[in-house]
Amino acid sequence: MQHGKYRFIVGFLALPLGLYALFVVWPFIQSIYYSFTDWTGLSPEFKMVGLDNYRRMLDDDIFWKSLQHSLMFAVALPLVTISLALFFAFMINVGGRRRKGGPVISGVRGSSFYKIVYFFPQVLSIAIVALLFAFAYNPDSGAINSFFRGVGLDGLQPLWLGDPDLALWCVMAVLVWSTVGFFVVLFSAGMASIPADLYEAALLDGAGRAATFFRITLPLLWDTVQSGWVYMGILALGAESFAVVQIMTTGPGGPDYSTTVMVLYVYQKAFRDGQAAYATTIGVALLVVTLAFAAVVMRLGRRERLEY
Amino acid sequence: MGSHSENIGSENIDSDKSGSDENGSVGVGRRDLIRRSAALGLISVPTMAFLSACASSGGGDEDKAKAGKKTAKNPLAVNETAQMEFVLFDGGFGKEYAEDAVKIYEKGFPDAKVKFAATQKIQSTLQPRFNQGTPPDLIDNSGAEQMDMGVLVGKKQLADLTPLLDAVSYDDPNKKVRDTLRPGIVEMGQFDGDPVWIMYYAYTVYGVWYSQKALDSLDATYPQTWDEMLAVCAKAKKKGIAGWTYAGKYPYYLPFSLYPMIGKVGGREVLDAIDNLEPNAWNHPAVKACFEAYYELYKKGYVLRGTPGLDHIQSQTAWAKGKALFIPNGSWVENESANVIPADFDLAVSAPTGIDSSDKMPFGTIWASGGEPFVVPAKAKNAAGGMEQLRIMLGEASSRNFTSKVKSLTAYNGGTDGITLTPGLKSGVAALDKAGENVVNPRLQDWYVQLQKEKIGVSGLGEMMAGRLTPAEAIKKIQGYADEAAKDTAIKHYKHQ
Repeated sequence: MQHGKYRFIVGFLALPLGLYALFVVWPFIQSIYYSFTDWTGLSPEFKMVGLDNYRRMLDDDIFWKSLQHSLMFAVALPLVTISLALFFAFMINVGGRRRKGGPVISGVRGSSFYKIVYFFPQVLSIAIVALLFAFAYNPDSGAINSFFRGVGLDGLQPLWLGDPDLALWCVMAVLVWSTVGFFVVLFSAGMASIPADLYEAALLDGAGRAATFFRITLPLLWDTVQSGWVYMGILALGAESFAVVQIMTTGPGGPDYSTTVMVLYVYQKAFRDGQAAYATTIGVALLVVTLAFAAVVMRLGRRERLEY
Repeated sequence: MGSHSENIGSENIDSDKSGSDENGSVGVGRRDLIRRSAALGLISVPTMAFLSACASSGGGDEDKAKAGKKTAKNPLAVNETAQMEFVLFDGGFGKEYAEDAVKIYEKGFPDAKVKFAATQKIQSTLQPRFNQGTPPDLIDNSGAEQMDMGVLVGKKQLADLTPLLDAVSYDDPNKKVRDTLRPGIVEMGQFDGDPVWIMYYAYTVYGVWYSQKALDSLDATYPQTWDEMLAVCAKAKKKGIAGWTYAGKYPYYLPFSLYPMIGKVGGREVLDAIDNLEPNAWNHPAVKACFEAYYELYKKGYVLRGTPGLDHIQSQTAWAKGKALFIPNGSWVENESANVIPADFDLAVSAPTGIDSSDKMPFGTIWASGGEPFVVPAKAKNAAGGMEQLRIMLGEASSRNFTSKVKSLTAYNGGTDGITLTPGLKSGVAALDKAGENVVNPRLQDWYVQLQKEKIGVSGLGEMMAGRLTPAEAIKKIQGYADEAAKDTAIKHYKHQ
């Protein structure tokens, strides 16, 4: 009967797999192929150049800078975003003081309101968020420096996006601001499925907030946190970092390449410098980095699954 | 997400391997072998077919429009019934001026169909069409998505515009088109030698822009030497006005006044050497003197606070509000900032201030050059039609129409009589008159885009003007970038002829 089963499965999967191959696998193969050519992107003529593009990439200072920044995005952003989101989600769902007549486990006062507030940036397009913050960071008349002036910190007028030491952090802060809400909601959903008896038991044993979080919430939420981490990392390596860097920072790519990230570099090489083949080479490097990132997170995060 | 792509990746590598050593391998069973080679075939056959269809479907010459009859009215022998397709960059100049010119074309060739489109997305719209070998007949290759001209020329994607230049002009049968153009326009469209690949339609005056009214209120005139410049800035500072501001996020606006200053101080050869990427070009004493002069603006606090964090719009707005006296910019600033420049601003442009009387070129030496590059693709079906459309636009009527609508000059030498010039435009025309022969045209920004904008602009000049590099360090860094670019085989190199 094995035969019939496979045919059955194949019959069902043929169409989606075909589409997947055409629209997902295919572009991957194609761009890997182009990375071995000298295609400009502006003319149909090109020839194979072997590993020239890869050799060039290894000698390219800007590539290394962009790789470094991309890695920073992949590590720091999920760390900050997820820690914040976990904290917020915990306070909203579990961390509240016990109130008379209320349920045993509840969030802080006004938690349903906070949930909406946190989620709100998520409904704005990343392009709008980036533009908004570009104005806020304006050192001359922007909201942040005006605030500093307003409270008498007249001497404290950083250049924000114009300062190579600050620019990358400014950009990251915007991404944290705009994505943390998504994870608050995600983790809230996860926490909602943790049985209340576990918390009650912990309460009876006299556990405080911190102990409850680290002994109960986090272990039971581990799977969600891990997938969230991978998701955020991929987001940070790809689309989101491109949008904020392209829109907000100078050059673009920041003063003295301080915010150049790999996706932006791919875009610039392909669509500004007419070096599409080299751009795909960097794209391949980005693919490798992304896969390696996912693999590392999955491996480090592996632990026994808890059933409840 | 991650695991999906991971699987796919390993599958590919797998099938590749089996393809290369399947014949010799013993460990692979017969069935495995058949299955794998079938899978490989499934992937590789359409791969090659698709690749060749996608990237290298060079369109043949068969479908080009036949030449029409060459007459006095039709010097380019345009086929009177062939379709002409024109794609315009819809930017600061809008699209009305081109639409008006298209109407004239349609009138001249009533049987021809004209397909006109205006877009901001030049590259995303046209790149695939270049790759397929089916580009339109005339393109205004401009804006943020401008296609790299060096690459287009290097890959022989553009048509030589010499027939257009040698055709009779639209207005005067005794003049060739070439004779009606402003000085330098034809040369600008060349890359190494005779063929002219690009027709720049607009004519931009670069320099130091200011409000005559603000200067008058300080009892000052535009400074001609750097000492005078510092004196004016000191005066302004006392009144709480900064001397300078610039597009801090895009410091490649600084060269609009800095490069002609270098030319004025050290002579044209210095700029040519820089353009030619000659070793040590940036170490010329004139470059050093000018860098130091600009750096002094920063050191003495004459640059508007926060400038390195402002983009071009923000800095122009601060300047229009009177927070700073001077801004390096191009003549598009009048149109671009029209809504923030006060009515009594009395906008003016001046050639850059020099160092002192020992400068090689006189005060008035200015950077002016073509803008809005129009190209006719080599694979265009109706290249003659595209050129005819350009010939119409370079006529007096179209040129005058452009100037009055968008406050900018055109490549046509003249066309300003009888229209009321706005203050900035008027001042630009006066500056050009004053400059006479002393117009310089540094080419870095159209020959080496990345070098000019990112490396020299942002990482060199931007860092220096933000006070994070000394002039000496900036010069060293920029010379390093220039040497790198000179060695880079991935970019095509050009030289002044």
